[in-house]
Amino acid sequence: MKLLTPLVALAALAAVPFFVGAYPLGLGIGILGYATLATAWALFSGPTRYISLATVAFFGIGAYTVAVLADLMPYPLVLLCAALIGLVVAVLVGLATLRLAGIYFVIFTFGLAELVRQLVTYYEVNVTRTLGRYVFLPIGPEHIYWQLLGLLAVTLALAFWISRAKIGLALRVIGDDPVVASHLGIGITRTKLALFSLSAVVMTLAGAIQAPRWTYIEPSIVFNPTVSFLTVIMALLGGPNRLFGPLLGAVPLFLLFEWLSANFPNHYSIILGLLFIAIVFLLPNGVLAAADKFAARFKNKEASA
Amino acid sequence: MTDLSRRTLLQAMGAGALASALASLPTFAQDRTAIRIGYAVSKTGANAGGAGISTIPNYLLWVDDVNKAGGLELSKLGVTLPLEVTEYDDRSSAEETVRAIERLATQDNVDFILPSWGTGSNLAAGPTFDRFQFPQLAGTAVTDMAPQLVQRWKNSFWFLGGGHDYANALVDLLVKQRDAGAINNKVAIASVADGFGIDLSKAATPAFQAAGFELVYDKTYPLGTSDFAPIINEVSGLGVDTFVAFSYPPDTFALTQQSVVANFSPKIFYLGVGTAFPIYPNVAGPNHNGVMGVGGIDPDSEAIAAYFERHTALVGQAPDSWASAVTYASLEILGQAITRVGDLDKAAVAAEIASGEFDTILGKVKLVDNQLRALWTVGQWQDGKFVGLAHTEGKAAREPVVPKPAWVPAS
Repeated sequence: MKLLTPLVALAALAAVPFFVGAYPLGLGIGILGYATLATAWALFSGPTRYISLATVAFFGIGAYTVAVLADLMPYPLVLLCAALIGLVVAVLVGLATLRLAGIYFVIFTFGLAELVRQLVTYYEVNVTRTLGRYVFLPIGPEHIYWQLLGLLAVTLALAFWISRAKIGLALRVIGDDPVVASHLGIGITRTKLALFSLSAVVMTLAGAIQAPRWTYIEPSIVFNPTVSFLTVIMALLGGPNRLFGPLLGAVPLFLLFEWLSANFPNHYSIILGLLFIAIVFLLPNGVLAAADKFAARFKNKEASA
Repeated sequence: MTDLSRRTLLQAMGAGALASALASLPTFAQDRTAIRIGYAVSKTGANAGGAGISTIPNYLLWVDDVNKAGGLELSKLGVTLPLEVTEYDDRSSAEETVRAIERLATQDNVDFILPSWGTGSNLAAGPTFDRFQFPQLAGTAVTDMAPQLVQRWKNSFWFLGGGHDYANALVDLLVKQRDAGAINNKVAIASVADGFGIDLSKAATPAFQAAGFELVYDKTYPLGTSDFAPIINEVSGLGVDTFVAFSYPPDTFALTQQSVVANFSPKIFYLGVGTAFPIYPNVAGPNHNGVMGVGGIDPDSEAIAAYFERHTALVGQAPDSWASAVTYASLEILGQAITRVGDLDKAAVAAEIASGEFDTILGKVKLVDNQLRALWTVGQWQDGKFVGLAHTEGKAAREPVVPKPAWVPAS
């Protein structure tokens, strides 16, 4: 019975492309893309409180993998390769860096995105001597929509499972106090590494799935740091410690961005900056937490009245 | 889902979109007051510089010119309508470009869509233009893939040639100079490690080698490099008469200044994007004279002179001498095609663009296989104008000045 509601919601969302035009479908792809990224981001960064700006590094790796392999093998195999490459990179990076904490981790992850971008550029410039790559796949917007929807559903299911499983509890302890965690016998690095890799694989797939939408892939297109920042702000707005928090941040923010860019094309960046500041100041724990707090205060008043 | 059913589904969707577009056309035609032109251009982000020089001013100028002339005549509808613009900022993001076009096509219901600036964004927008059957007039995309792209997207038109056009023209020009004894056999090439630089150097390196030139320096530098002293110092000791940089605007300016400082004044000094910009003479001062670069204009053309004047009057600065005139000409072609068709039928307009001959500021223009093949490829600053030295079809407008005047030391 508990399974029924999400399944019905999923089926309803899957039917959307049959009823809407190109523009709403494009919006849907954008929303699903960011909802997936934000949920994946919160998978690791929510409980551990490690702010990662490496989202676009994995996103770009996914897109590039599709660009390189699309002509060589069937599409599902390309996605599998993308996931594997994302996993390997995440494990290597994780082993090297998850001992970093706080601001050092933030700076490292931001640097990682730039490093991957420069490595790809270096390789393309000096080895293949082509910077732009073409992705010609018979994949329309509705296929991208369905794939992203599937990825989001799987990610949410994983997030739900993790929050119930031992590993989720371990992560929360690490986030609260790493010293206590190690005294409890939790393998801190191992746990963090597992979650970091899982989150990175989802991000890689999100990039891979969206690659056919652009036809033309070059480092400046797929390693755009804005993607990392938007992901963080969406997850923070919704509340990174709740299952549906990132989702509830991604949907309204994406629609707001879209509305702003349609109606205030010349002031978009200024409004966006002000909005980011407002979110961090007014809703440091996300809207869901703020709503809970508000509800609690309301209850208290009723009780005391 | 198998490929077959996927394709069938796509076709069905395409047919549905077409049917609904056709069904909605007559109702609009009755009470319309303007021809709706939409575009999403990069007002912010990495592409804003290029869009602000080659694309946006020309869109503004064309709309202004057409509306000052009373609009475009639609004979089949019996009206002459002005242009009305819906514009968005794509923030230099491919995803944003795609969605903005979807918004223009289905929410704003514009009649024609003008593309964003740059090769990448035009390629990213290709499938979307194609899906909605809008003609795509890519005035600022340089790609050797154009012949294949035309096969894929029937309504796409490519106006700025490919890397091979520019590289081969430069090599041909240099071969003549070498054979005349004006320059020696040594060439140095520095390319920016990004789209334009790689495309051009990939075409130029083998062409130089095939022509028997000795490439004593052929390296790339990272995008965003600001210190060019190491490159210039290394190259200046190699005894080259020809220095070629497939560079981007900031690099083009910095390379010029660094070469003056180091007093490296080769007989041929060729730079990439930015050389044809109107501000280049301000950046280089008296040293702009004789500098070569990609692009060029016909300095004797009255149409071009008048275009420069109108552009300067409306935008406050002259256009660049490469993609600007080409972009403006692509819009003239669109306008004339609409008038000839006599209504706003996108397919008929696209067919007319593909097959008709048009009167533009570039002269008479007829597209070949959906591409503009009559292009200025190499230009040189002479007497305050960036004149064309080589044209893919016509004759040179001016003879090259070789060697270029020696640098005037920076004060």
